[in-house]
Amino acid sequence: MHITLNGEPYPVNPGTTVGDLLALLALDPERVVVEHNRAILDRTTAPAQPLADGDEVEIVTMVGGG
Amino acid sequence: MTDDTPLQIGDHTFHSRLIIGSGKYKDFAETRAALDASGAEMITVAVRRVNITDPAKENLLDALDLERTTILPNTAGCTTADECVRTARLARAAGITDLVKVEVIGDPKTLYPDTAATLEATEILAKEGFTCLPYTTDDPVVAQRLVDAGAAAIMPLAAPIGSGLGVCNPYTLRILLEILTVPVIVDAGVGTASDATVVMEMGADGVLMNTAIAGAEDPIAMARAMKLGVEAGRLAYRAGRIPKKLYATASSPLEGVVR
Repeated sequence: MHITLNGEPYPVNPGTTVGDLLALLALDPERVVVEHNRAILDRTTAPAQPLADGDEVEIVTMVGGG
Repeated sequence: MTDDTPLQIGDHTFHSRLIIGSGKYKDFAETRAALDASGAEMITVAVRRVNITDPAKENLLDALDLERTTILPNTAGCTTADECVRTARLARAAGITDLVKVEVIGDPKTLYPDTAATLEATEILAKEGFTCLPYTTDDPVVAQRLVDAGAAAIMPLAAPIGSGLGVCNPYTLRILLEILTVPVIVDAGVGTASDATVVMEMGADGVLMNTAIAGAEDPIAMARAMKLGVEAGRLAYRAGRIPKKLYATASSPLEGVVR
């Protein structure tokens, strides 16, 4: 199945959770914020969130800026 | 002279009146060194999508000492109130701060803020409990509207972002400083240390800058220059400068001159 990850199509296996996705991308869950279908996920419950075909996921972090 | 009072923004207390940005440094080590040299206790950051194709890069937050540095997320790049509110909520969900630099850009060439959208976003975010520091023009009416909307501080530009022009309109800035009841942090347009001194001498509560430090030939040295410039300006403001006069006043006694 495919999700839209940060605006781009992204293939994931059925049954993938947000936690699986973060692990796959080698992202520190403490340093990113995940938005799932326009809803911001709570840091503690985000990893367990299951993903479905067509879901929109945004993963953001803090970068240098003024 | 009594000790200076700290800068109070919402529930946050700062002893340094310099706030720096974290953009445009060559690496995180330089960012950290500039922060140390500047003495700033607050640093702005931007919220961006992670790079999916190269996600394992070091994170800025891991490069900063979060015990002694307050993070001020911005909503830079947003061009609508909706984008700004969404970005601010994402920033707060990172769990490190309730502060947000509310920034909605209305024009790509001048990077002037869209003040109507900034006001709309500030109203929403202040109601949601954010400590809002809106980046705005030096328009006193807009600034007062932002305070009415719940802004904890007002951040008027001295000149366009990254321009290094220094204060273009000292007269409107003076009006802002006179009428506003919340801290005024001059944000954007500072080019060198004397620019920072000027705004502090005028009575600004603080200064925020990024390019002036990060874009200098030696960012670390400029960070220290800005620290000293801000301190000098603040001290001169508190010391109370002499009035400007058209004609001279002798410094030495007029009596007893040997003739």
